[in-house]
Amino acid sequence: MTVALAIPCFIDAFFPEVGIASLELLERLGVDVTYPQGQTCCGQPMANNGCQGAAKGAEAHFVDLFGDFDAVVMPSGSCVHHLRDHLDAVPQTDRVKHVRAHTYELVEYLHDVLQVRDFPWAEFPHKVGLHNSCGTLRSLRTASMSEMGETPFSKPLDLLHGVRGIEVVMPARPDECCGFGGTFSVAEDAVSGRMGLDKVRDHQQAGADYIVSADTSCLMHQQGCARRAGLPLRFIHIAQILNGARA
Amino acid sequence: MSAREDILARLRERRPDGEFPLPVLPSFPGIEGDLVAAFQQNLAAMGGQCVHLPDREALDPFLCARLGASRLIRTSTDELPGFARTDAVTDPRDLENVHTGIVRARFGVAETGSLFLSGRELQVNTIAYLAQHLVVLLDPAAIVPGIADAYLRDDFTSTNYVSLMTGPSATADIEGVMIRGAQGVRSLTVVFAKPIFTDPTRPADARQA
Amino acid sequence: MSAGTDKTKPVDHAGAAAAFVADTPHLAFHDRRLWELRQKRDGQMHVIPEWQELRSLASAIKEHTLSRLADYLEQFEAQAKARGVTVHWARNAEEHNATVLRIMREHKAKTLAKSKSMLTEECEMAPFLERHGITITETDLGERIQQLDGQAPSHIVVPAVHKLREDVARVFARTIGGDPNNADPNALAEHARVTTRPLMLDADIGMTGANFLVAETGAVVVCTNEGNADLSANIPKVHIVSAGIEKLIPRQADLGVFIRLLSRSALGSPITQYTSHFRGPRAGAEMHIILVDNGRSQRLGEEDFWPSLKCIRCGACMNTCPVYRRSGGLSYGAVYSGPIGAIINPSYDPMRYSTLPFASTLNGSCTSVCPVKINIHDQLYKWRRVIAERGLLPKNKALSLRIAGYVLASPRLYRLATGAARMAVRHLPRALLYSKLNSWGRDREVPAAPKESFAAWAARNRPVKR
Repeated sequence: MTVALAIPCFIDAFFPEVGIASLELLERLGVDVTYPQGQTCCGQPMANNGCQGAAKGAEAHFVDLFGDFDAVVMPSGSCVHHLRDHLDAVPQTDRVKHVRAHTYELVEYLHDVLQVRDFPWAEFPHKVGLHNSCGTLRSLRTASMSEMGETPFSKPLDLLHGVRGIEVVMPARPDECCGFGGTFSVAEDAVSGRMGLDKVRDHQQAGADYIVSADTSCLMHQQGCARRAGLPLRFIHIAQILNGARA
Repeated sequence: MSAREDILARLRERRPDGEFPLPVLPSFPGIEGDLVAAFQQNLAAMGGQCVHLPDREALDPFLCARLGASRLIRTSTDELPGFARTDAVTDPRDLENVHTGIVRARFGVAETGSLFLSGRELQVNTIAYLAQHLVVLLDPAAIVPGIADAYLRDDFTSTNYVSLMTGPSATADIEGVMIRGAQGVRSLTVVFAKPIFTDPTRPADARQA
Repeated sequence: MSAGTDKTKPVDHAGAAAAFVADTPHLAFHDRRLWELRQKRDGQMHVIPEWQELRSLASAIKEHTLSRLADYLEQFEAQAKARGVTVHWARNAEEHNATVLRIMREHKAKTLAKSKSMLTEECEMAPFLERHGITITETDLGERIQQLDGQAPSHIVVPAVHKLREDVARVFARTIGGDPNNADPNALAEHARVTTRPLMLDADIGMTGANFLVAETGAVVVCTNEGNADLSANIPKVHIVSAGIEKLIPRQADLGVFIRLLSRSALGSPITQYTSHFRGPRAGAEMHIILVDNGRSQRLGEEDFWPSLKCIRCGACMNTCPVYRRSGGLSYGAVYSGPIGAIINPSYDPMRYSTLPFASTLNGSCTSVCPVKINIHDQLYKWRRVIAERGLLPKNKALSLRIAGYVLASPRLYRLATGAARMAVRHLPRALLYSKLNSWGRDREVPAAPKESFAAWAARNRPVKR
C-alpha cells in the first residue's frame, strides 16, 4: 500500500504547519506515506470558474504525480471534492479514474479507511467550534446536513471525541457557508466578508475559543474576517489537533 | 402554424432523452386516533378557532349570541332558517358589507386543519372572502386524515370551484409580522355540528363527505 | 439597490450586493427573516417522516410530465374546454400580453385586479397594459407594496421582504396616503386592505397565476395566504389565468404530493390558507387560460438545464441561500433571483445574466432544500462552463485564470509565484497590501506568511524515498 500526501497550494505556501501535522499524524498511525515533490494545484480554481481548458494543465500534472499511488490523502475537503467529482478537463483514462477514486480527504481516510478513533497523544483543553466546509458536508458527506433531516452523524466529531479535554460547542447555524467560495471571496468580497463575519460571530456567541475545520481555505477566510473585526478567536486545522497540538 | 401547434411541436421535438415513468403514489401512514383533536390543533396553528357545542340545538342560540342581532349575516347553508341566505344574491359584490358569513364545509382535513368548501357549499363564492368573519359548520365525523386522502376523493371534480381553506386570510409581508385579515376574512371559526337537512331536494349534499 | 437597468451589460450583482451589505439594519433583518423561514421549513420537514420520499416523488412526477408535456397539455386543454374555459396559447411574452389586451378590449375593460404571478413579471405585462390605458391593481400585499414603490418583487414568495416597516409606511404615505411615521404593521396592512378592496370590487377583469395545472381534471390550482387570488377570480365577470406550460401535473392525486411540499418548503407552514381549484367559470362569467411558453420549450431541449423546469416556485432555495440572504433579490437584476434565478435567467440572456452563476459559493444547500430535487448547484457549476466557453467572462478574469492555469501546470513557475506571494505579504507596506487592488483585504486580513513553504520543509525533513 503506497500512500501519497497531497498538499494544496495555499497550505503549501501559507499554512505549512497544516501539512506538517497531516504528515506526522499519518506517520504516527503507521501509514507508509510519501510527499512527492513538485506538487502544484488540483485545478479547482480554474474549473470552478468554468475554465476547464485552463484547469487542464494542473489536472494533468496532478494525475502524473499521483497516478502510481494506491491512495492519495489530502487535508482539504474542497480539493478532494474537485478531484473526485469534477476532474474532467483531462481525458478520462484509467489512470485518471484511479486517482479520482482513490483520493481521500484526511478525515475520511482516518475515519473510514484507517478507522481510527483514539488519539491518545492528543489533548486540546479548549472550547472548539467545528466548521464543516460545504464540500465536506454536501459532497464528501463527512457529516449530516441540517436541512436534510437525516440521522445526525459527523466523522470529524467522531475523531475529535478521541481527543482529551476538548469541548465542542455548536453554533446556531451549524451548516451555514462561511462565504469563502474560492474566487467568490474576491469577486463578491462584500457578501463574502459579511458571511465570514456572521460565521465567526456565531461561533463566538456559542462560546468557542477555537474554530477547527478540515478545510484551511475556509479557516484562512474566517481568520481574516475575525482579525479585521477584532475578535479573539483562534483557528486550527483538525490535523493539528489530532496530531497533538495543545494550542 | 398556430402558437398551439408550434409549442406542442417544439415540446415533442425537444423532449428529454430517457424514460421517466410516472410513479405510483404510495399510501403513507398518516394521523391516527383522534382526528378532531388533530384538526383543531392544526387549524389553531393557522389562526382558526374551533367551537364544540353540547348538542345540535345549541347551534342557533350560540350563533345568535356570538354574532349579535345588529350584524349583517348571510348564510349559505339551509340548516339555519334564522339567518338570511346568500341564495338570492346574484352579484358577488353584494356581499361586500356582510359582517359574518356562515357556511357548511363538506369535510375537513386533520393534517392541516383545512376545510373543503366548493361553489356548491358557498353558493356565492365571495361569501368566504368578502365577509369580515367566517363561521364554518363541520361534521366532526367528516374529517379525513391527510391532504393526500382528500385528493383521492372525487369531490374536487363536483364543481367548478373548490377551495381548501385553512384559517383566515393572512399575510406576513411586512417584516414577517403575522396579520390575520389581509384581504379576506379576519377570522375563521369552525363549529362542530352534525348536519340537519331542511331542504328535502338536496339531502345528500354534506353526506358525500 | 437594483443591479442596474442597462440591458446591454452584465448585471453587476457584486456591486448591488455590496450596497445591500453596507445597509446593516436592512441586511440584518433580511438575513434573519429568511433564515427564520428556512428554520420553519426544517421544522415541517421533521414532522413528515416521508419528507425525502415526497421530494423524490415530486421530482419523478415532474420529470415524467416534462418528458410528455405536449400530451399532458392537450389533455389539460380538452378538460378545460369541456368545462367552458377558453384556452389560449402564447409562444412568448408579446403573444401573452397581446392576448390579455385582446380579452380586455373585447370586454371594454379598463381595470385589472391581479394576484401574484411571476409569469406576468417575466412577460413585463404591467408596463405593456399600462401603456394601453389599463389600470392594474396588485392584490397581494407584498406585490402591492412593490407596485406602489415602482420596484420589481425581490423574492418570489415574499416580494417585499427586503423592506422594513418604515419603508412600507413611507411608500404608502407617498402613494395611497397615510402617516409616514406610523410604521405599525397592523395599521399598514389595514390601510392596504381598505384601499385595495374597493379596487378589487371595481375591477373589470380578474387575473391569477397558477401553481399547478392538473391534466386529468383541467383544474387550475392557486395557492395564496391572503385569499386575494380568490377575490380576483370570484368578483369580476372574467377570470384570466396566466400559466407557464411547465405547471402541468398529470393527476389530481399528485396534488397530494405537491400541496404537502409547497407551503412547507416556502414558508414553513403546513399549507397555504387558501388552496383553490378553478375548473371553469362561474355561472354567467368567463374563464380564460393563457398557456405560455416563453423560453420553456427551448430549455426543455437543453440536456444539462431542463430539470430547472421542475421548479414549483417555492423560494426555499432563496431562503436557505447565504448569498441571497446577504445580497437581496433586486441585486440579481432579473425577474427570478436567488439560486433558481441564477440558473433560469441565463437561458433567456446569457450575456446579461453571465454574472449570476458566479453569485454563489456552490455550497449546495439550495439543492438539498429543493422540494422537486433540482440539482441547482450542479447547474450553477455547469452554467459557469457555458459562460466561459461562450467568452462571456470578464476579460481580465478570463486572462488571470488562463495565467493561473499556466503557472499551476508547472512546478517551477508555481514555486516562483508562491514564493513571490509570501514575500509580498511579508514585506509590502500595509497601505499597499490593503490597497483597492486587493479586494481580499477590503473585509479581511491577509494571512501571515511563513518563512518557508511546506514543500521546502518536506525537502529538508523527509527526503524523497522513491
